[in-house]
Amino acid sequence: MIASTVRSRLVLTTLAAFVLQVLPLPFWLAAIRPPLAVIAVIFWSLIAPRVGGITLGFVTGLALDVYRGAVFGQHALALSLVAYIAVRQHLLVRNKPLFEQTVFAAALLFASEAVSWAIDGWTGNAAGGWMRWLPILVGSLLWPLTAAWQASENRARR
Amino acid sequence: MSNTAASRNIPPRGTPAGLRFFVYATLSLSIMWLDQRGGWLDTVRFALQAVAYPLQMALASPAAAWDWTRENFEQRTTLQQENRALRERLRELELLAMRRADLERENFELRSLGSAATDVADRWLAARVIAVETNRLRQRYTVDRGTVHGISKGQAVIAGEGLVGQGLRVGPWSTEIILLADPEHAVPVQIARTGQRTLALGTGRNGELSLPYLPLQSDIREGDLLVTSGLGKTFPTGYPVGSVSAVRRDGASPLAQVTAKITAKLDRDRVVAFLWFKPAHPAASPTAPPAATPP
Repeated sequence: MIASTVRSRLVLTTLAAFVLQVLPLPFWLAAIRPPLAVIAVIFWSLIAPRVGGITLGFVTGLALDVYRGAVFGQHALALSLVAYIAVRQHLLVRNKPLFEQTVFAAALLFASEAVSWAIDGWTGNAAGGWMRWLPILVGSLLWPLTAAWQASENRARR
Repeated sequence: MSNTAASRNIPPRGTPAGLRFFVYATLSLSIMWLDQRGGWLDTVRFALQAVAYPLQMALASPAAAWDWTRENFEQRTTLQQENRALRERLRELELLAMRRADLERENFELRSLGSAATDVADRWLAARVIAVETNRLRQRYTVDRGTVHGISKGQAVIAGEGLVGQGLRVGPWSTEIILLADPEHAVPVQIARTGQRTLALGTGRNGELSLPYLPLQSDIREGDLLVTSGLGKTFPTGYPVGSVSAVRRDGASPLAQVTAKITAKLDRDRVVAFLWFKPAHPAASPTAPPAATPP
């Protein structure tokens, strides 16, 4: 019962984050838009690792690939990796203070972008300049905001 | 003693995370490999593009609704003004068209060719932009026309003011257009004033092109108009591409550093048009519909 409501919340929030990430925006706004779908994957991998887990990362990544992948499978690999690390470390990270959690999330966001950056490079696609990393920075700075959501999620599951 | 996994309704553990990651990573890598090699994955992409189409339409609907509302609430006087301006413009263009017919005839006589070389594209089809992606990596539009409308890969796309780009991934009802400013795009151009031919590459910056292959001593200056040269047979000849915005001659480099501004207003246009070559042209698309008449 609990699992199914968690699952529906997980699907809905990840879908909403995905829509917001691919929504067409003016150039300057899109340049600083945090990777919301990636944040959602990290969040759910930490909170409910057995509900979504690596499958969530893979599926979200594939959906991102349809919309904006230079190579098909690029985001799928990046997000599977991110979800895997988050699932493996969720027990450790969940009990850490907010600052350390933010550092962990920032490292994962960086890792996901680094994977797709490397794939862009290897496959001969444009790899972009420093602007590429701007959303990662914004996303990392926004991570503490998910703490409140995390708290409510924990309360709901108790 | 009720604190067991079953009583707390924790889903079963299933496959271990490491194995699952390994499976997904292998899957991703093989998909990537297949995609790079071309082949059957294009079909999968085609189908997924069809699935994504409704969502893309839904995402584009706020902008479309806003445009619709604005159009409906436009003042009568504004419309009258616009009408007057358009009528004047039409008269101007009619005069130009008459002059052009004359020039074409003259050109024909001078060259004694079967057909005037500039007139290779005659059919067009309007398409509405439903998704925009403009960043340093990719400058793409998605429009609401696809294979069912006869669009094919590599088809030239124009807007009112000039060339926009070409079709890249064609789905059943939608097509991803790669814009001129995309860092992976190059268009063969000609400097209208001198006739010199070169390539204009995208920079990833909105509406900016770079011309990196011009020698230092080449005759090019700010404000020069660039038009398509027709080489490469993707784009028809003579369509405006951009105007030179900066020329930097640096003694340290054997080449001039030239940037140009794209003529088509890329961040504002919501309607673009696909072009078809005349059937007799060697680059004519075999899938051109018999009657792609202008709306």
